[in-house]
Amino acid sequence: MQLLQQIINGVTIGSFYALVALGYTMVYGVLKLINFAHGDLFMWGAYLGLTGVSLLAGLAGAGQPWMAVPVITGVLALIALTGVLVERVAYRPLRAAGRLAPIISALGVAFILESIARNVYGARWRTYPTGVAPAGGFVLAGSVRISTMQIAVLVISFLLMAGLYLFVQRTRVGTAMRAVSLDHTVSRLMGIDVDRIIALVFVIGPGLGGIAGVVVALYYGSFDFTLGWSFGLKAFIAAILGGIGNIPGAMLGGMFLGLVETLASGYISPQWKDVIAYVILIIILIFRPTGILGERVAAKV
Amino acid sequence: MSLLHIEDLDTYYGYVHALKGITLDVETGEIVTLIGANGAGKSTTLRAISGLIPIRGGSISFDGQPLNGVPAHKIVERGVSHAPEGRHIFGTLTVTENLNMGAYILGKDQDAITRNRERVFKLFPRLEERRRQLGGTLSGGEQQMLTIGRALMASPRLLLLDEPSLGLAPLLVRLIFDTIREINAAGVTVLLVEQNARAALKIAHRAYVMETGRITLAGDAAALLADERVRKAYLGEQ
Ligand SMILES: Nc1ncnc2c1ncn2[C@@H]1O[C@H](COP(=O)(O)OP(=O)(O)O)[C@@H](O)[C@H]1O
Ligand SMILES: [Mg+2]
Repeated sequence: MQLLQQIINGVTIGSFYALVALGYTMVYGVLKLINFAHGDLFMWGAYLGLTGVSLLAGLAGAGQPWMAVPVITGVLALIALTGVLVERVAYRPLRAAGRLAPIISALGVAFILESIARNVYGARWRTYPTGVAPAGGFVLAGSVRISTMQIAVLVISFLLMAGLYLFVQRTRVGTAMRAVSLDHTVSRLMGIDVDRIIALVFVIGPGLGGIAGVVVALYYGSFDFTLGWSFGLKAFIAAILGGIGNIPGAMLGGMFLGLVETLASGYISPQWKDVIAYVILIIILIFRPTGILGERVAAKV
Repeated sequence: MSLLHIEDLDTYYGYVHALKGITLDVETGEIVTLIGANGAGKSTTLRAISGLIPIRGGSISFDGQPLNGVPAHKIVERGVSHAPEGRHIFGTLTVTENLNMGAYILGKDQDAITRNRERVFKLFPRLEERRRQLGGTLSGGEQQMLTIGRALMASPRLLLLDEPSLGLAPLLVRLIFDTIREINAAGVTVLLVEQNARAALKIAHRAYVMETGRITLAGDAAALLADERVRKAYLGEQ
């Protein structure tokens, strides 16, 4: 019983990690760049969501669950736009400049985004108005319960991930995205506009991160400006664990990390959950340096 | 008017002056081959045509339209497909997906894509047998077939082939050269870069010989095949 409850909680947190991990992994796929700014884009999703929800709650007098819909949509658009802008301004000019300069640029963008957030929203913890996150829940069996918010998280994550997977695997543009991940030059010879595909990745990755930002903030209720760094780093680890550059890997890595953390916290001790989770991570990487679904086939070509 | 006209072309890799004033023509319907030693600048010439490296001097025009400054992905749309040296298929995409990427510029025109795929499968039945396999799991010969087939998927008017016989067993080399002839007979103009000069000269109408970034000889393929200098330098005869 206890186990089932832990799994429900673990999968919920795992979906957050997975949604954010997708942004790291997709950008790494097409640019071989670790987009350190991604965690902060995710955090900005939480802050912009706060502004949106507070605005609507102020107008309506109180927070309502429906408010999540326009707010998530708006945040998705704004964060996607910011993502595209970051790529255009901070990464594209450095594309021919080797591996180090873009990484430094990414760290720079991360600090910029974090500092602006702290200056605009303050360093203290911020709380979403109540009434927006759906209340209530269902008892599954005995003491095992799933909250309405958890159901919402699972449904949203599943739809987003399934949609992304189908897009990447089944559509022409999704296949072009995989082609660009493998070889920019040959992709250009196919008539693929590589810059546009990269821009699209910076719409989808940060877009998903922005959605995750709002949903995470709704789930936990409050957060501060360190969210991007702490939570973002874990999502990045989930991406590595699944095999960076691999989209199903990011989903799997996120779920795995969420479950391990929750189980370690529930069965051993919350204080030791990170120790246990990262010992497991290191062991996996020793045996599979490319991550769980990391590909070796590409190296053969 | 030539289908492809290159006039006094100069390109650089950093400070390396790779092409030093190349002038070359390809007429509609021809197979033209570009031969020469390793490092002569043959691949560079093809890269300049398909827009992968910038033109620093001179001009390239295709079908009367200048290609200078046109990005690579737009040049495919004009009707030039490039099967690069060393194959470079997409290893984790299936054979079918690789072919679909070749047809990327056709957009959602499923009829044209299917028609082109059928044509490629007719040329290379092996690819049809392997259509669900990942590109990276194909043999070297099959990967070469896929590289050529993928380039044909865009319905090109000019096909640029870079060393299609490189590293292949003699039987496969024969098959590839026969297929190039077949592709040409179906109306596709071919510019063929080869180190296997003898085989290339046998199927080509005309040929150019390159040395260190310059064209040193040009003429009918049959005449070059009989030329003393070509026989000594490129056909391994004494
Ligand atoms: N990416 C590159 N960077 C620098 N120099 C290059 C590059 N590619 C080719 N070269 C140089 O340009 C010249 C022509 O090369 P290439 O066109 O590949 O010759 P070929 O195809 O005839 O063997 C050679 O001297 C080669 O070393
Ligand atoms: Mg070459």
